[in-house]
Order: sequence, then structure tokens, then C-alpha cells
Amino acid sequence: MKEELIIAGFGGQGVLSMGKILAYSGIMQDKEVTWMPSYGPEMRGGTANVTVIISDKRISSPILQHCDTAIVLNQQSMDKFEPMVKKGGLLLYDPNGITRHPTRKDITVCSVEAADLANRMEMSKAFNMVVLGAYLKMKPILEKENVIKGLKKSLPERYHNLIPMNEKAIELGMKHVKEVI
Amino acid sequence: MAEKLLKKGNEAIALAAIRYGADGYFGYPITPQSEVMETLMEEMPWETTGMVVLQAESETSSINMLYGGACCGKKVMTSSSSPGISLMCEGISYMAGAELPCLLVNVIRGGPGLGTIQPAQGDYFQAVKGGGHGDYKIIVLAPASVQEMYDFVGLGFELAFKYRIPAMILSDGAIGQMMEKVELRDPVRRLTDEEIAQKYGHWATVGKQAGRKGNIISSLSLAASEMEAINLRLQEKYRTIEKNEIRFEKLLCEDAEYMLVAFGSSSRICESTVEIARQKGIRLGLLRPVTLFPFPSPAIQEMLPQLKGIMSVELNSGQMVEDVRLAVNGAVPVEFYGRMGGSIFSPEEVFSAFAQKFNL
Repeated sequence: MKEELIIAGFGGQGVLSMGKILAYSGIMQDKEVTWMPSYGPEMRGGTANVTVIISDKRISSPILQHCDTAIVLNQQSMDKFEPMVKKGGLLLYDPNGITRHPTRKDITVCSVEAADLANRMEMSKAFNMVVLGAYLKMKPILEKENVIKGLKKSLPERYHNLIPMNEKAIELGMKHVKEVI
Repeated sequence: MAEKLLKKGNEAIALAAIRYGADGYFGYPITPQSEVMETLMEEMPWETTGMVVLQAESETSSINMLYGGACCGKKVMTSSSSPGISLMCEGISYMAGAELPCLLVNVIRGGPGLGTIQPAQGDYFQAVKGGGHGDYKIIVLAPASVQEMYDFVGLGFELAFKYRIPAMILSDGAIGQMMEKVELRDPVRRLTDEEIAQKYGHWATVGKQAGRKGNIISSLSLAASEMEAINLRLQEKYRTIEKNEIRFEKLLCEDAEYMLVAFGSSSRICESTVEIARQKGIRLGLLRPVTLFPFPSPAIQEMLPQLKGIMSVELNSGQMVEDVRLAVNGAVPVEFYGRMGGSIFSPEEVFSAFAQKFNL
């Protein structure tokens, strides 16, 4: 098993921390993992993206030209990363704020209204966990108990009281993800 | 079983420093390595192991704090990124001249000048050919993973004290900023002052013991004949290091007809390039120098009879390729591919360059 994914959106949406939780969950399932953030000028311009690789074997390049999955949370990231998804790969996005929807027919496109769902449930801060849930539904590469362990490892102990809410958000995403193409 | 953590390369350096029993860290913040000192400050090792962590007023100051600590036989280290290391080069030359052990970490960013905060490997020459003035060498280790960032702190200190020489971990923004699995090793405790006096008392300034002359540590020796004798001794040490301490890693070289040579983050990208070539039936291998000084020339030379060509792949304008060419000495064609200024190549891009240069 080798999954190469890119998560991209605005700074503050929890893109980097979602990647971190995913990577830690991978470690909990005894996988090799790499988490490579964008930390350069593009980050300072408001957009953030992270490359996460989860694999059974030693990971070679942390830099990707193509990915198995792109999780896209704003329009700039859609423009940049839709073409990077491998044929047969997955593109998952939140339609909130997207003006040009994905057009590729050779990949699976899914959407989850994560921002709306999280706001309605009054847990807007767990927005990224709704997205994570949607992703794990479409690509069940990690067991849920390991994801919860990964969540615990990623969060400082003072926030561990928020884990049940995060778990709920993951379930919400799993339930509401839709295949578009 | 050892605990497995998800850590950035920079964080791994800091955790390793504490667990390998470092006595002191002196540094000044600069992107992309600031997490080294940030992590040390969060960990507060002065309350557990007694390790000193100090933010100096500049890089010039921190390297001279290292000089002072090293004179006393202490395990001292600093970290910085390219422009900061340039500021330290005077002090590094002094430490090499005075034969003082220390650990330096350079998390390279794109240059020249203030450049950019993105990863690059443009400080290869600075690290292996001097940087500061005079005929000196330092041991240079090039980690390619977060685990190696951790492990090379231990290795770097070990070699620095074995040969009384500054050792440098030459990393870059990619390895510094990325997170991977790290297995923490068993902690090594700090030496007591008595143990330091016993181990290093023959050279360190730890207080004069009865029955011997006081130790004087200096890089100044005005008489030409004395200074030449010091130089000859240094050169002899460098030859011993070249004989004993070469480290490298080979990937799919057994049947290789072509070989890439790459270090650090570039070598990780080239591992994927090798996979791409193999899928196309091209017998490509990869040699990754782990020590940049001493450079693994013998390992490259051993490969020559079976090779049709070599390509050096670096995030610079072509620096290590000069050492590859010296090792190869015209026996096979040596090509180069690189990007500069914080731009990174993809595995596919390296493959295209390789295929084009060798008409494959």
C-alpha cells in the first residue's frame, strides 16, 4: 500500500494539522509516513498545502509531481491540484467558495459540504475533521481506532477533551461525502 | 519498544541533542531551522539534564560561545541556515585550527545573499572546501531523513571528539521542515566535570592537574615552522579521517549501467527516479554520499568498470559534481542536473534530464 496525497486550502483551515493527524494515524498503524508542508512565500500569501505519503515500505521522494488523492479546499488549490491527480485517482473538495468545479472525467470526484456541516453542528473548528472523515470513507486505508490514536498524539493534552467532538466530526464527514463524477 | 514520534527534522535535532547528552546549545534564529531552538526552549533541558540553551545576540557570538565551551571539553553545538553559517565561518576556521570538537547544523536555504527560505544545497562548497580561511576540513554528514537528522547528532558528536574536529550536519529546508517517523534512542547522560577531566584533560582547559604543564588552546602560532608543523598534523588527521570514516549508501547498484550521485533531500527524490528508470528497463542505480567530507570517492571508483555514465543531481549549480569528476578522473562521462534558488526538481524531471543527457 502506498498513498500519496496533497491537502490544500487557505491558511487557518487546518490543512497542515489534518495532514499531521493523518500521518500520525499512519504511524499508529505501523506505516512509513512523510509530511511535507509548503512553508515558503505561498504560505505567507494565505494558501497552505501539505503532501502526505503513507506507505508499507520506505518512502523515496517526499516531492510529488502527481498524487493519488487531492483534497481541495479553495479555488486556487483546485486550479493548481486538479491536474496533478493520477488517472483513476481521487479528488475530494468542499464546494463552499468554489466557482469553477472540477471537470476531469478520468478520476473519481467527491464533495463534502464540510464548512456548512461543521457550522450547523456548531463545531466550525472541527471543519478539517469533517473533511478527514469524508476522505477516510472514500479511501479506508487507516482503521478508525488508529485515527483516534493519531488524533490524541497530534493534539496537546490540554485539548484532549475535544477528542469526542473531533470523532463526531469524522463520522459526519463519512456520512455526508458524495460522489460527484 | 522505543517510542515512535512524528517530528520535523529540526525538532529531531533538538530532541537528539538532549538525549545524546549535549552540554550546551548556542544559536540565533533563522528560517528554515528556527524549530531547533524553539523545541529546545520548550523541552527546557536545563531542568532535566542540565544542558544550557542560549540565544546569542548573533551567529558570530554563538560560534565563539562554542569555542569557549569546546575548550572546556564540553559537548557543544549550534544550528543555523546559510547566511548565519557564513557569519560563523571565521569561528569555524579558528576551531578547526585549535582542534576543537563541536557540532554544527546547517539547514540550507536558497542563496546567495539573503536568498530565499526554500530548500537548496548551494552550501556544499562552503561545507566541504572550507568556508572560512586556511587549509582546514570539517567532517560533513548529509542526512536524508528525519531519523538521520536525529541519529547524526550522536554520530557527529562521536566523530568530533574522536578526531577533535568540528563536525557539521549539512541538511536543507526540505529535511528540516518535513515530518517523519522518529525512533528515539536510549538516552546518553551528560559527562560530569570529573569525567571530562579524565577523558579530555590531556588537551582541554579543565584546570591544571599536578604533574603536567597547563593546556593552552589557541590557533595562533607566529613562527612559520611551528605553523607548518601544525598544518602537517592537521593534514595527517584529515587523511586518517578519509581512510576510516567514509559512509555512503547504494541503491540498486549491483547491475547498474548508469548511476546517479545525490545527497540529502536530492537523494530521496533520486530514489524515485531510479524506480521510474527501472520500470522502463533502464539499469539505473543511486549512490548517496552520507559523508561529504570524507567524500566516498573509492565507492564511486569501484563502480566504474560496470558504468556507462554518471549523473550528479544537486539543488545547486553543480558543486559536488566536481568531486565526482575528480573521483571518476575521465573514466566515464559525468553529467550534472540541478535546480537553484529554492526550486526543487521532481523525480520525473530528473529522469527526463538523465534520459536526455545519455540519449536513452
